[in-house]
Amino acid sequence: MADVENRWNRQQANRSARLARAAAALGAGLQGKLVPAAQVVALLHAVLEPGDRVCLEGNNQKQADFLGKALTQLDPTRIHDLHMLLSVLSLPEHLDVFEKGIASRLDFSFSGPQAGRLAKLAASGKLNIGAIHTYLELFGRYFVDLTPRVALVAAEMADREGNLYTGPNTEDTPAIVEATAFKSGIVIAQVNQVVDKLPRVDIPAGWVEFVVPSPQPYYIEPLFTRDPAQISEIQVLMAMMAIKGIYAEYGVERLNHGIGFDTAAIELILPTYALDLGLKGKIARHWALNPHPALIPAIEAGFVESVHSFGSELGMEAYIRARPDVFFTGPDGSMRSNRAFSQAAGHYACDMFIGSTLQIDLQGNSSTATLGRISGFGGAPNMGSDARGRRHTSAAWLKAGSQARAGKNVAPRGQKLVVQMVETFREHMAPAFVERLDAWQLAEQAGMAIPPVMIYGDDVTHILTEEGIANLLLCRGEEEREQAIRGVAGYTPVGMARDKRMVENLRDRGVVQRPEDLGIDKRLATRDLLAEKNMKGLVRASGGLYAPPKRFRNW
Amino acid sequence: MSSYLERGARGRIPAIFDAGSFEEFLGPSARVVSPHLAQLDVPVSFDDGVVVGRGLLGGQRVFGAAQEGGFMGGAVGEVHGAKLVGMLGRAIDEGAQAVLLLLESGGVRLHEANAGLIAVSEVMRAILDVRAAGIPVIAAVGGANGCFGGMGIAARCANTVIMSEEGRLAMSGPEVIETANGVEEFDSKDRALVWRTTGGKHRYLLGDCQVLVADDTGAFRAAAIAAIEALTGAARSGAAALTLDALQAEQAMLERRIRDFGALAEPMDIWRQLGVPDPAGVSMLEADDFVAMAAGHRAGPVTGDR
Amino acid sequence: METLHFRFDAGSRPLPGAPQLVGVVSSGNLEVLIEPAALGGACEIEVRTAANGFGATWEAVMRDFHARWQLSDARICINDMGATPAVVSLRLDQAVESVTGGPP
Repeated sequence: MADVENRWNRQQANRSARLARAAAALGAGLQGKLVPAAQVVALLHAVLEPGDRVCLEGNNQKQADFLGKALTQLDPTRIHDLHMLLSVLSLPEHLDVFEKGIASRLDFSFSGPQAGRLAKLAASGKLNIGAIHTYLELFGRYFVDLTPRVALVAAEMADREGNLYTGPNTEDTPAIVEATAFKSGIVIAQVNQVVDKLPRVDIPAGWVEFVVPSPQPYYIEPLFTRDPAQISEIQVLMAMMAIKGIYAEYGVERLNHGIGFDTAAIELILPTYALDLGLKGKIARHWALNPHPALIPAIEAGFVESVHSFGSELGMEAYIRARPDVFFTGPDGSMRSNRAFSQAAGHYACDMFIGSTLQIDLQGNSSTATLGRISGFGGAPNMGSDARGRRHTSAAWLKAGSQARAGKNVAPRGQKLVVQMVETFREHMAPAFVERLDAWQLAEQAGMAIPPVMIYGDDVTHILTEEGIANLLLCRGEEEREQAIRGVAGYTPVGMARDKRMVENLRDRGVVQRPEDLGIDKRLATRDLLAEKNMKGLVRASGGLYAPPKRFRNW
Repeated sequence: MSSYLERGARGRIPAIFDAGSFEEFLGPSARVVSPHLAQLDVPVSFDDGVVVGRGLLGGQRVFGAAQEGGFMGGAVGEVHGAKLVGMLGRAIDEGAQAVLLLLESGGVRLHEANAGLIAVSEVMRAILDVRAAGIPVIAAVGGANGCFGGMGIAARCANTVIMSEEGRLAMSGPEVIETANGVEEFDSKDRALVWRTTGGKHRYLLGDCQVLVADDTGAFRAAAIAAIEALTGAARSGAAALTLDALQAEQAMLERRIRDFGALAEPMDIWRQLGVPDPAGVSMLEADDFVAMAAGHRAGPVTGDR
Repeated sequence: METLHFRFDAGSRPLPGAPQLVGVVSSGNLEVLIEPAALGGACEIEVRTAANGFGATWEAVMRDFHARWQLSDARICINDMGATPAVVSLRLDQAVESVTGGPP
């Protein structure tokens, strides 16, 4: 077949042209696939074209920060209107490219610390948001209509052929690289070091075009570390309710915890409260979860049989290595995380998602959107939604499904437990329960087609506050649902407007359960119930293997 | 193990004194509150952040106090200081066998300005009066807020200071040092450095505290009983009071400290110079192992205990 | 600072024993002093709070508290530094339990 461009191989031909430009621009600097750090901007100028879809690793934890900064140094007269694809906008340079006119369009999932600046840039017109996604959804589109032309990724190590070791922090890299490499795209990896032999091959060299050893190791955040010293009595009480009222009640063996102190409290009372309730071996056995340090005591106590992780967590590497029966580790001994697969696991293979939120409305719609900030969703919409494609059964799934469908003339099916856990009042006495989510106003402000709801009310099965648990599966109709929500909304205006008689009736039926109804003695809800009360305790529990990052240590 | 640090003042007292033996003076129902805070629109506390009284400790008649670190950081205002001074004076009047101070304080309560300053200085004087009366004073420092400012000085006026590694003892607070002298001088956000510099293990190695225990109320109780015993045993008379010899020994210790360590900015370097075999490993040693390791390496006054 | 007063008549459970104090006046927290008092069978509650403008919320919390415990001849005094209703209710219950030794 002649190597000539025809109407069917234009992408391939274009790719060859880009590579030729790169070779010419880098000259003798290019050694096989290795590019010297000093030539990274020249590489990008050669390889990119205006309007390209560029996927940059802004993962949740790791960041291809060297490549991200290099992007901001491009000449906008040569490279402009890039369409950026990022899982997470976490670093200032992720938005600097828009400020400088190098990029103009964005598709992403979560923006965390950049949420305020993102809102301003979007309002100013310098940045056009395509859509906000949940992670797995975004990865899916990489294979359909958002395929990256160029992928800028981060890896621990490369060998001289260009094979990559992404190790514990593999995260989003396989999904990004596969979509790019197999659609005539170009993959550029920044690596912490180049070695002769990798511990294992995570990304084969054939999928990678350029490797740039960066002057500093790639940036990484310990997002999932929670200091037990900050857990309050109220959070302990809510954790007790979650375990007794939901985990035990449904027999939840396979689960995902959203990020936060509320779920850290649950993790820390498994070896104490849940053990005393005789629940070891019956709940919390298989997890889709980042390696939370707060889970160490539960692992050591024998609750946890397996954990598959979206990413890693700084400081947990040695502990993970020493627990290969629990974590997903390679023959080399180090963990491999994989966000795409963990998200799939959370969607289809877990019976419960439990997480925190900022606002809930009267239908149970849950949102973390606040005015002036476009923060996105991360993985919650995926984890916190019923998996309608699921077909295998489990006791928890069947029980939830039959509660929801009792008395209805529909085909029997199960349902995923989706629990939203929130204190009725947040900081500065802001109520968590509202008649109308701030998301509506944000949508108007930002010109969004629909308000950014994180988890829809019809997927939420339980709402848990310090006042009790509302079981929405048992509600007949919208009015009952609304009153059940008001019934656990405490002294917020939403809670105060409850129909007292209806709520009492719901309580009689077990639709609303107070801690007393669950047989919980509130006097036990103290920090003494936590298996470990501080960071050093977690280190001790790990046998000295856990090494908390500096900011979490006072030693 | 029951954490001393996690408890408030009202949890520490019954855990340390003999069960049910503690009788509180001027308890919360007496409502002797700060006369100054209302002007500043700041809430008061019914006990002004300190519990004072007397009880039994290992059967001995011991007067005591516990500062509540949660209320204004344990800082000393007029009433708080007066309660301490009153308790100390009453300990002399009633011939107590010892005084035990569970200290957790940022020092002077700045809201109360001069009244706070005077209060702290009166506390220092009262501690020395108790010692002059032949009654040993034991200070325990193990709370999350540490013992700083004028109360740091007051703690060192005691015969014996008992600390956990979680406790901190110093005069100037870390933020104050950084603000005054810059972050290169002292990075107050480097928590590990802060604890290395002011925490119990460092103080023990330097000779500023005499006993290092685990963060456990049982350990603090046992250490307090032992400390009192050591000062009221056979050689008791005069053991509690300040002596010229003891002061001179302490002065000599301080001169040696400046001479030997004055140029060192990193506590681990000080420990290394003291002969500690593995300075980097000190922070992970449990209390008993640390004390065993430290034997023979501690600085301190040359002529025995004060 | 705001000072709020509540009085609930016709309680049925008198308090035994001595005054008790629970809680600490730290951020997001409160102290509750509870003691017997000759009030003609009523329960009086005085709240001094650093968080202004929440009178209606305090009223609702106190109403529910009284419905739970029905204390008579009891005086409760609170110094509050911005605790949420959840923490207020918890401390009130803890205060009563410290005197009565058990749940309602």
